[in-house]
Amino acid sequence: MNVLNFMQSFFSDGSHWHGRDGIPQRVWEHVQYTAEALAIASAIGLPVGLVTGHTRRGGNALAFLSAGARALPTFGLLVLMFFWLGIGIVPVMIPLVVLAVPPVLVTTYEAVRTVDPSPVDAARGMGMPEARILFQVEVPAALPLILSGLRSATVQIVSTATIAAYVSLGGVGRYILDGLYQHDYGKVVGGAALTAVLALLALLLFWAVGRVAVSPGVRRRRAA
Amino acid sequence: MAGIERRLIRLRTLVHVIAPRAGKAVPEGFRRLIAIEDVSKRYADGTVAVDRLSLQIPDRSITVLVGPSGCGKTTTLRMINRMIEPSSGTIRVDGEDVRARPVNTLRRSMGYVIQNAGLFQHRTILDNIATVPRLLGWSRQRARERAAELMERVGLDPAMARRYPYQLSGGQQQRVGVARALAADPPILLMDEPFSAVDPVVRRGLQEELLRIQGELGKAIVFVTHDMDEAITVGDRIAVLRTGGRLAQFAAPDEILSSPADPFVEEFLGSDRGIRGLSFLSTRDLELDRSRVFSVGSDLREISGRAPEGVPVLVTDADGRPLGWADPGSWDGDVEALEPHGPVFEVGRDSLRVALDRAVLSPTGQAVGVDGSGKVLGVAGQETVAAAIRSARRRRAADAPQEAPAVKAGR
Repeated sequence: MNVLNFMQSFFSDGSHWHGRDGIPQRVWEHVQYTAEALAIASAIGLPVGLVTGHTRRGGNALAFLSAGARALPTFGLLVLMFFWLGIGIVPVMIPLVVLAVPPVLVTTYEAVRTVDPSPVDAARGMGMPEARILFQVEVPAALPLILSGLRSATVQIVSTATIAAYVSLGGVGRYILDGLYQHDYGKVVGGAALTAVLALLALLLFWAVGRVAVSPGVRRRRAA
Repeated sequence: MAGIERRLIRLRTLVHVIAPRAGKAVPEGFRRLIAIEDVSKRYADGTVAVDRLSLQIPDRSITVLVGPSGCGKTTTLRMINRMIEPSSGTIRVDGEDVRARPVNTLRRSMGYVIQNAGLFQHRTILDNIATVPRLLGWSRQRARERAAELMERVGLDPAMARRYPYQLSGGQQQRVGVARALAADPPILLMDEPFSAVDPVVRRGLQEELLRIQGELGKAIVFVTHDMDEAITVGDRIAVLRTGGRLAQFAAPDEILSSPADPFVEEFLGSDRGIRGLSFLSTRDLELDRSRVFSVGSDLREISGRAPEGVPVLVTDADGRPLGWADPGSWDGDVEALEPHGPVFEVGRDSLRVALDRAVLSPTGQAVGVDGSGKVLGVAGQETVAAAIRSARRRRAADAPQEAPAVKAGR
């Protein structure tokens, strides 16, 4: 049997479409883990990135911290947290957040720091308060890059959230893990395919957000 | 309705033509608006950007800060709106220390134009211009109405209101920058190398536009440039700064050209300050020769009778507009056979510099002087222009330098 046959057998099985272990339930759990981890990572990464980018200070410390965070093995962290905190959502969230903060933080910092300095100088010279300079001049110009940081963080969370299954939680990782134990390769391939589809949907979502949120003046300029 | 509008536009055009002179020629009794008093800027590493500078910047005039890079001209400008704080000394606006007011209130009361315009790429042209009114708490609608007025004032097509900065040329962007600085009608305009990033032709247009706007609005403009030609073109007063932030000379452009304070200023002016100084001398009193001008309908024998053979004559059409040069001995009346007369100068409006330039360019060595409608008033040779230069110089020398009005005779 090849991969397509595995996928066909998995998705055509009616029992996979309802109940506690059904696809809608597992996908919903996966989306929840992702949204939660992204929200926490953004709550940490965006403000710190915006402020350091605006003041152009602390770039070295940020690079150091994020390199450290990236060096941490996600799975190792999960196991460590599991033994420390026991079963629950928290031991899953910590490694996912540690994974997602660096791209959000570093990209936001770089995005704001590298905004063309002349509009910022003009805004300051016209008497615009610093907070408005940040949110009305720098962020709109930096938005495409900030969104790309959030997007890559999201894609990483989506694919990594499969590890929740290792500590008895749900998500589409459940199929991969259970399939491996049960030697049901249809399930493994089905779980992997669902992960990939979710990651693609996340990309689509960010593309749509970019279309709506980024000013045509900034978008076309980058394209030009 | 349309008729009234047209008349209004005509009236506006008239104002444009008259006003620039009115705005420029007030050499004495300026209200002192910005007073820079013994100001220095030293950085922690010991660099001195500005060294004990004192300048009185008058109202209703353009004061240019010019000098080589590192002379502290931009630093001086940015200390006026407190983008940079001086290490010592005081800057006053209308007698009040700039530090007395909250910094953002101060900045909103001064227009600010920078080199690359610094437009907000994510906002439309209209919303860019509406920035300061919005900061001052105007409603969005009122701010946009004001912005639309400003677009007209700086000569921008109203169709550009909804466009984004990337859709505009560099020159247009800089017009938007000027409109944005003027939006809240501040009494002071600070311009930091505003036209340095555009090509010379566009720069010329922007400079003329600035002079026109200044004629209408009469602001106190502080204008930073490294280009002496630009300083002479736009400045009512020029402060020449030398490296290390010290004032070398502060005077009207013609005075700087005719009597530079020291070798530094002289070197900075370049090798042709004599020619450039002619920009300040009017062609009003230039002696024009009418005897060599003939209408195309004139009798050929009359022409050759009055003009000796070999001395070219200028042939005009029936309305008096120039057609070209002819040799009275050999010309047979064929308009096609005339030698082109080249560019002309407008008597009274153009300077002696223009007249001399036309004489140099002319195939006969004679510059063609016309009136406002393009009719020939007469011709003047290089020697005649040279004589006019000498007598204008004598007249100016006889006058006290302060009383000589800084009439800038156009181009």
